[in-house]
Amino acid sequence: MRAVLAIQRGMSGEPPRVERFEVSFEAGQSVLDGLRIVRQQADPSLAFRFSCINANACKECMMLIDGDVDYACTVRLKEGVTALAPLPKKALIRDLVTEIAPPDERLRF
Amino acid sequence: MSSSENNAATDQPMHLDTDVLVIGSGAAGMYAALEAARAGASVILAERSLIGRGGATVMAQMTVAAALAEQTPDHWEHHLSDTLAAGRGLCDEGLAALLCEDGPRRLREMDDWKVGWAREDGHIKQAQAPGHDRPRCAYVDFLSTGPAVSRALRSRLNSAGAVRRIGELLIVEISVRDGQACGATALHLTTGRAVTLAAKAVVIATGGLTGLYRRNSASSNMVGDGYALALRAGAELIDMEFVQFFPIGHLAPRLVGMDPIMWDPFRYKLGGKLLNAEMREFETDYVDQDSRSDGRYVLTRDLATYAITKEVEAGRGSPAGGAYLSFQHVPEAEMRSAFGPVVDRLAANGIDLASRPVEVAPIAHYHMGGIRVDSMLQTRVAGLYACGEAVGGANGANRLSGNAITEAFVFGARAGRNAAQRALQASSHWEPQAARPALDLLRSTERRDAPNLAAIVVELKALMADGVGPFRTADKLRLAAQAIARLKTEIGQSPVSSATPFDTVLVDWLDLRNMLLVAQSVTLAALARTESRGAHQREDHPALDETWSVNQTVSLSGGQLHLGRSPPSRQRTLP
Repeated sequence: MRAVLAIQRGMSGEPPRVERFEVSFEAGQSVLDGLRIVRQQADPSLAFRFSCINANACKECMMLIDGDVDYACTVRLKEGVTALAPLPKKALIRDLVTEIAPPDERLRF
Repeated sequence: MSSSENNAATDQPMHLDTDVLVIGSGAAGMYAALEAARAGASVILAERSLIGRGGATVMAQMTVAAALAEQTPDHWEHHLSDTLAAGRGLCDEGLAALLCEDGPRRLREMDDWKVGWAREDGHIKQAQAPGHDRPRCAYVDFLSTGPAVSRALRSRLNSAGAVRRIGELLIVEISVRDGQACGATALHLTTGRAVTLAAKAVVIATGGLTGLYRRNSASSNMVGDGYALALRAGAELIDMEFVQFFPIGHLAPRLVGMDPIMWDPFRYKLGGKLLNAEMREFETDYVDQDSRSDGRYVLTRDLATYAITKEVEAGRGSPAGGAYLSFQHVPEAEMRSAFGPVVDRLAANGIDLASRPVEVAPIAHYHMGGIRVDSMLQTRVAGLYACGEAVGGANGANRLSGNAITEAFVFGARAGRNAAQRALQASSHWEPQAARPALDLLRSTERRDAPNLAAIVVELKALMADGVGPFRTADKLRLAAQAIARLKTEIGQSPVSSATPFDTVLVDWLDLRNMLLVAQSVTLAALARTESRGAHQREDHPALDETWSVNQTVSLSGGQLHLGRSPPSRQRTLP
């Protein structure tokens, strides 16, 4: 099966652009699996947060998936297009990475 | 190719000052930070991910061993006997004794901090796990031990004023001056800026190295970076060849949103039968090799890993290449009462345990080896401490179930307190020059044509799994060593950059620099140990050899790794 990930990319202050990546997948694989495949096969500069991989323990991979806030590790890949975008109410850092650290755990320059 | 014009690491670094720097915020790092602050030191707790979210602790759905003696009469000496037996002659007995003796106090302290240990009849409930002579393992329902531990420690930290928590800070190098650890240099991921940190004591709490393997049960960012930091700072590693494989990691069908080693608590509570392709229980076929079977839980982890691997090799594996694990004999009501909401989470993954078995296979789970420390948890570099899974020696050749979180608490607290006591007496050895090599490395970062580093990480994990996995031969190990050397050449001497901030390519490069050094250490030690013991199984040397009742150490000098040997420490004196 093949999925197309339409990923909103760019940094804050830049006009966002959408890039599309096609990945082949097996039933049951997650959106996070798809993003990791994109990095390994197409563009290693793609930025997204994750730590625990598919256990939904670290809660870092939250993003907009087809318009809904969800975890990339628990949403399954599907055939056709899946739209991915950074969380809309958090400050954008780059690509799918937003500022989600608690304020008193950030370093300020 | 172009130079590094887009790399913010070339900017003037930010500088921070503290008494104690703790690297890593799993249970060990958080406990170290809390205890150092309690001793009166100022503390920076640095984490490459988000505080309390990365590492192994948050993934641990399992149990925590300590001789609480609430449910069954027990004494920490019994826990120690089991720990030493599992370690097959290689444990550092002082560290193992510290783990077992201090464990109950820390579990009770965590209870005061509202971790929420499961209770029964007013006492903390303890499960029987393999290798323990009695029920000794506390847990938090349902499969929530690690997250509950992380949450309780985080909430303590939030109210500990002397601890400054900084997430998204990747430590690149520990600075040593006049033979003393004096600080570190880091990359701040969300800005790409370099940060220098002056500290009078540094505590490594970065966990183990299971992220070096294709299938593993810890976070993706637990790739042995603390070992590489320690080696380059001049510390020694010990027992690097002992990587524990968890026998029944989830294999199929695809399971998301859950810990791959979650089947163990199911087995504690409900039994659970391991079956081969002939749907026959096979564990008893291997039982005569282990005198410590307890009847209910037939094999310790190393033997269960062996049994499953041998069944697969004999053509009796499950379709995905493992064994079946069946709970079909368990009444649904019993399953529901033991695991409540977890049953629904499984159903969401299309798994119905009443109707068919799942498939399981060994998965890299824990590293017994690590940084060599003395009874103060200090390395041979003054002012440099280690704790938690990052420490080697306490568990010898194989770790008992339930000892990992206990050692995180106990060693974390001890290392934190000892580091604070040193810091409060010592003057700073920091000078800006101490950060020079690391800053020069970051400044040499360039955008250049390079192989896809994310793909190289995958390649390394595959070659470690295939060549330096649970069953080893000299030929496979030599091939792995050659492949590691080739990958070292491929990534080059200077870092590669893509786009900042959150430069994923630069992080992969810095990780690979560490991962390749650590992979080399494991392979070197595994090749030298020509016997089979605990988690290190050599197919070309299948028997335990008494002359190998020694620990191997690894050190780095002149850019080369060196192996040493020494008899296991039997000193029981506690600080």
